[in-house]
Amino acid sequence: MAVPRQANPVVLPVLTGLATIVAAIAIVEVLVRLAVINPYIVPRPSEVVLALGRIVAEEGVVHRFLVTAGEGLAAAVLVTGIGIPAGIVLYRYRLLREAVETWVAAMSAAPIVLVYPLFLVIFGRSIWTIVAIGTLAGLPPVILLTLEGLTAVRPVLVNVGRSYRLNGWQQFTKILFPAALPSIFSGLRIGLIFAMINIVGVEFLINFGGLGPLINELAERYDMPGTYAAICFVVLVSICFFLVVERLEKWLR
Amino acid sequence: MAPLSDTSSPAGGLRMNPVLGIRLAIIVVLLCLWEIVARSGLLYQDVVPPLPAIGRALVALLASGEFYSNLTITAYEVALSVVIGGLLGLVVGFVLGGSLFMEVAYERYLYYLGPTPKIIFFPIMIMWFGVGTGSKIAMGALSCFFPVALATATGMRQIAPILIRVGHSFRASPSQMIWKIYLPAMRAPVVNGMRLGFGIALIGVLLAETKLSKEGLGFLVIQNYQLFDMPAMYALLIVIFALAIVINAVISRIGGGTPKGVRNAKSSG
Repeated sequence: MAVPRQANPVVLPVLTGLATIVAAIAIVEVLVRLAVINPYIVPRPSEVVLALGRIVAEEGVVHRFLVTAGEGLAAAVLVTGIGIPAGIVLYRYRLLREAVETWVAAMSAAPIVLVYPLFLVIFGRSIWTIVAIGTLAGLPPVILLTLEGLTAVRPVLVNVGRSYRLNGWQQFTKILFPAALPSIFSGLRIGLIFAMINIVGVEFLINFGGLGPLINELAERYDMPGTYAAICFVVLVSICFFLVVERLEKWLR
Repeated sequence: MAPLSDTSSPAGGLRMNPVLGIRLAIIVVLLCLWEIVARSGLLYQDVVPPLPAIGRALVALLASGEFYSNLTITAYEVALSVVIGGLLGLVVGFVLGGSLFMEVAYERYLYYLGPTPKIIFFPIMIMWFGVGTGSKIAMGALSCFFPVALATATGMRQIAPILIRVGHSFRASPSQMIWKIYLPAMRAPVVNGMRLGFGIALIGVLLAETKLSKEGLGFLVIQNYQLFDMPAMYALLIVIFALAIVINAVISRIGGGTPKGVRNAKSSG
């Protein structure tokens, strides 16, 4: 996105952006103090910042983070282990692909998270419900982009393999798969982000697991600054996850 | 997902092409497997109810007034949230896409906030807008805003400069520029953003309804879960999925593009 196109003219707008955020927070602080904004529904930003320190210290945030990260890892393994082979199978069998590809695309447009009560019945309120939803949500992009990557391999590369008389397996491992990797990685990036969004969302909805229930618990205690701080915390963790996955994809490419 | 498949199965012709044959074969195999599992008692029968039970539940659902009254409420919430979130997204997208300064200053924040789980803002939305439809609409609008804003901004940057020059050489006024040049040139990305926005606004509204509400389709789903009425829950999920997929296809038809969810998900982060 906001890629610096020239070195110098970027500094001013970036500073403006930061300044706007700081100013907005300051204005909210003043308005809440003046009770122009109802202090019962919006806590002072300064209180939220203090509460942020409190929940990190008191609510077992490290443990919660590890629980959510573990669920994310399990979903990531499943998404990779199912999605990439599924994409390869669809690439290999053209008719199957023609039959199924639109279904997979349609699944990615469907509100998959909504089946969580179904998994609640099957797995109970356990991390497997959460992992299952995360996996389902992450699969379509991985399958579709694996398929797309394999399809888009340049014929030149395939012909190089032919001229070396590679057999089918060699052709796949030495030519097709490596050439498709960039597309597969972006599929994985999108898939993992979808999985993570759904994991945290379902944690919140079923009040089980790591970071999601944190928000619930503080909201149920009517700990207003705590609730806001917990939401900020989870948003920050999501953004960090997003940045890490994005960097990882660039690095792997 | 077996029961989902029969909603998308085309009617079989006399001379089947192989693709259609494979589709039908997959559907038949899945349905048979489902029925075998249901009758074998390997899983609780309640978890995997026999197909006739789901069929009866589907008929009962579509015949009940309760379904339509809740559908109306959810449709109202989603429509309003797409209008609010979509319009805000359009405006913000125009501002970000129209100026390099604004882009560098603000777009990164949208880009990073976009892929966060919006449902966690629900407690705040309840405090601001109450436990009724207000907080559901707010959830949907919040979800819808990000993909529309980012898609609009990206779409605006991709307009061929020659179109803009044509507008200027005709001395078009700013509003003429928007209506005659920018919007038509951006139809595909904007409609695409709207399609993504609709999808996640629907998710936002339905999830909020499952979390805390007393009306709407999300509420019906969670009510079926609490009553442990699995056939009814399957029937409801089938209908919701079918509606979501049909509306998605309709919107992408408007945009004149093929439904390619994943490609576009990239632009919205």
